[in-house]
Amino acid sequence: MTINDFEKKYNKEDINEYLAQVKEQDKKINSFLYLKKDLSKEIGVPIAIKDMISTKGIVTTAGSKILENYIPPYNATVIDKLERNGYFVIGKTNMDEFAMGSSTENSAYFTTKNPKDLSLVPGGSSGGSAAAVSAGFVPVSLGTDTGGSIRQPASFCGIVGFCPSYGAVSRYGVIAMASSFDQVGVFANNIKDTKAVFDTIRGKDEKDATSFDLPSEKVSESNIIKIGIPENILEGVSKEVKIAFENTVTSLKKNGIEFVQVANTNLQQALAVYYILVPSEVSSNLARFDGVKYGKRENAEDLIELYTKTRTKYLGSEPKRRTIIGTYALSAGYSDKYYKKANILRQQVKDYYTKIFESVDLIMTPTTPTTAFKIGAVQTPIELYLGDIYTTVTKLAGLPAISIPANTNDKLPVGIQFIAGHKKDLQLLQISEKIEQCLQTY
Amino acid sequence: MNYELVIGLEVHIQPNTKSKMFCSCSADIFAAKPNSHTCPTCLGLPGALPVPNKMAIEQLIKLGFAFGCNINLNSKFDRKHYYYPDLPKGYQISQYDKPFCVGGKVVLEGGKEIRITRIHMEEDTGKLSHVENKTLVDYNRSGMPLIELVTEPDFKSLQDLDIFTRELRLILRHLNISDADMEKGQLRLEANVSVRKIGEVNLPNYKVELKNINSFKFMLKAIEFEFKRQSEILESGKTPAQETRGWNENKNETFLQRTKETADDYRYFPEPDIPPILLKQSYVDSLAKCVDDLPIIKRERLKNELGLSEHEINVFINDLGLLKHFYELIKLSEIVNAKDIAKKLVNSKESQKLSAQEFFDLLKNEKSSVITNIDELKEIIKTVITENQKAYEDFKNGNENSIQFLVGQVMKKTKGKADAGVVINIIKGLNGNSLN
Repeated sequence: MTINDFEKKYNKEDINEYLAQVKEQDKKINSFLYLKKDLSKEIGVPIAIKDMISTKGIVTTAGSKILENYIPPYNATVIDKLERNGYFVIGKTNMDEFAMGSSTENSAYFTTKNPKDLSLVPGGSSGGSAAAVSAGFVPVSLGTDTGGSIRQPASFCGIVGFCPSYGAVSRYGVIAMASSFDQVGVFANNIKDTKAVFDTIRGKDEKDATSFDLPSEKVSESNIIKIGIPENILEGVSKEVKIAFENTVTSLKKNGIEFVQVANTNLQQALAVYYILVPSEVSSNLARFDGVKYGKRENAEDLIELYTKTRTKYLGSEPKRRTIIGTYALSAGYSDKYYKKANILRQQVKDYYTKIFESVDLIMTPTTPTTAFKIGAVQTPIELYLGDIYTTVTKLAGLPAISIPANTNDKLPVGIQFIAGHKKDLQLLQISEKIEQCLQTY
Repeated sequence: MNYELVIGLEVHIQPNTKSKMFCSCSADIFAAKPNSHTCPTCLGLPGALPVPNKMAIEQLIKLGFAFGCNINLNSKFDRKHYYYPDLPKGYQISQYDKPFCVGGKVVLEGGKEIRITRIHMEEDTGKLSHVENKTLVDYNRSGMPLIELVTEPDFKSLQDLDIFTRELRLILRHLNISDADMEKGQLRLEANVSVRKIGEVNLPNYKVELKNINSFKFMLKAIEFEFKRQSEILESGKTPAQETRGWNENKNETFLQRTKETADDYRYFPEPDIPPILLKQSYVDSLAKCVDDLPIIKRERLKNELGLSEHEINVFINDLGLLKHFYELIKLSEIVNAKDIAKKLVNSKESQKLSAQEFFDLLKNEKSSVITNIDELKEIIKTVITENQKAYEDFKNGNENSIQFLVGQVMKKTKGKADAGVVINIIKGLNGNSLN
């Protein structure tokens, strides 16, 4: 269901009927943690919001038990912008706890199901937002992407998922997981809707010192689009992904898009860097959830016991794991070996991309090495981390990237990732519209 | 065995700003209702972000100029982690390895030099109060800007410390960096105190941190106490423990607050929510141009350009409002000279409250009505001496205070119409028997 479809299908009178349908159908999918009870006063296009984003007066849990009772007294900047510009929040969507995970199985509440096949995960961490669009509950939704949390579930659910440049959208009011990586982005069924929402939420925010306005130059229509494919990029991917990727190249070539092979970065190393830096920031950002000011609190005899009992009981195992890793990586004597070294390598990844984008408009990779996996199938954290190999690396450089569904004969969707240079978000969306057309006519 | 003190200072200064360090909450928090000056950012609510306060940073840089520090053009904020209920985020935004100012020094009266290690910016914490068996937290102070100035351990005596602190407070007020009111917590001192044998050049291998002492008087007492305590421990052949101590004003002694057997691990890392602060040299230069003169320069000017006395200079330097008023009067005055204005302002509190017009009228009236007839004046002085034989005898025996008393009596009799200078000359002239 696109924005256009929604506007054609529902009018103001039957908006609560629409809500009732969503509520009923979501019993199978479990995409929402919270749905509004009455939409009769709402005007505009419904949008589902990942529960990582603060909504004034509406419980915002970040998928965690520690915030089960937390009601923000303020709106995130993106929510204010949406509500002022023709959108209304229909509800809050399920996610992996504090956005740590790739399947929603780390949600402290329940696991969301993939609308394309209920035995499969929808991906994560923004799994609820992806499923809500994929199931046709809403035309658009917001997610957050720290290492692939928008693009991977978009790929698994067969929709468009866009992660903007770091800083293109305000993070004010977005619960922090890893502050130098986190970015709000959009799920939709097509590029037009993606762009509509993105244009609404983007821009410099006085309350976010890392935010900025994007330059607005466009790609000239007469230019031949040049896409780089990193060498050996299909190494280790599943058969379905390989076929979908190659089909996409073929159809884009037919439409006059040029392809060149470019150097690959060391993806394994990038993943290692990511899993040092992100937990380091996590260990810092999660420190405020201590039971003192808001959220859940356990009774205790003294302060240390209050902290320990509260955090032990209400934080899940993945937030605990990353807090421990991050605390270790930042500790005196280890910080040079891990945190600082990882930052040096992060700069190398940035330099790698800068060089590549001197000669190509976009880089194309699979979004994920495989299609959606079965609920309960992935056993170890390392297996899950490896699934993020194509999406984490762009975040080291804060680049904009989009996952677009490929044409596939297979039942399960496959997403193709297109990456652009820093702050080239508008050019990426412009070219994506063309890519979308090519894939539709194929 | 003779020992000497080795003291380094850590000074926290709350700069004058309109808003807090990283949010738009009003910084006017003194005596405000608890938690009335808070927002998502200074409460550490999930998702809230810090945006640095430009004015606070400018205040810090002004202080850097005062001490001749190097201003870091490439600076950044860092997170310093520890858990405490008055710290809502679980970390304090501070500066670690790239503070705004490094180096610098101040030369104290008497030539003693104190080196400044660094000056950095950070945010303040909330305040806990313990009521019966409950602990309440007030986050009004949370996120208030704090300038931290760290000195090298260059203080060897309480006098040095006293002079430095006075001078620092003057600088803060004259440059309008801070009101530096210790009672309001706008100026807080922490001292790292150790003791060594006189003649020893190496720094002692321990230090005792004196913390949470909210009056300068108590800080001096605490250091004095520590000097004795640590000397005795050293004398017995032991080394004092590395620890934090406070001051118990009832018992007049320091007490143990926290032992520091291991170094704290604050897990500093660059604050990702605030991009590095890159200052342009031209911006720093333009700031330097706007900075008011240091008290030491103002002193010299009052002395060399206006010829004021040491006493008058001290009164003006310690009372910024009065100094400002003085300069305004000079600007407005056409005939009266600066020395007369200064004399009147310093000697008469009432005159300080007058408008410029009233003030000049007063001076004019006094001048015109002053007793110019020396013989008339001599007669009055003689009467005063007769009535105050004892005071006159005291004066002759060298008691300087007595002459002030006699002048006072003359003023009383003439209803203030005598010129004090002339009266003193006449009284002193008495010795040379010229009263007739």
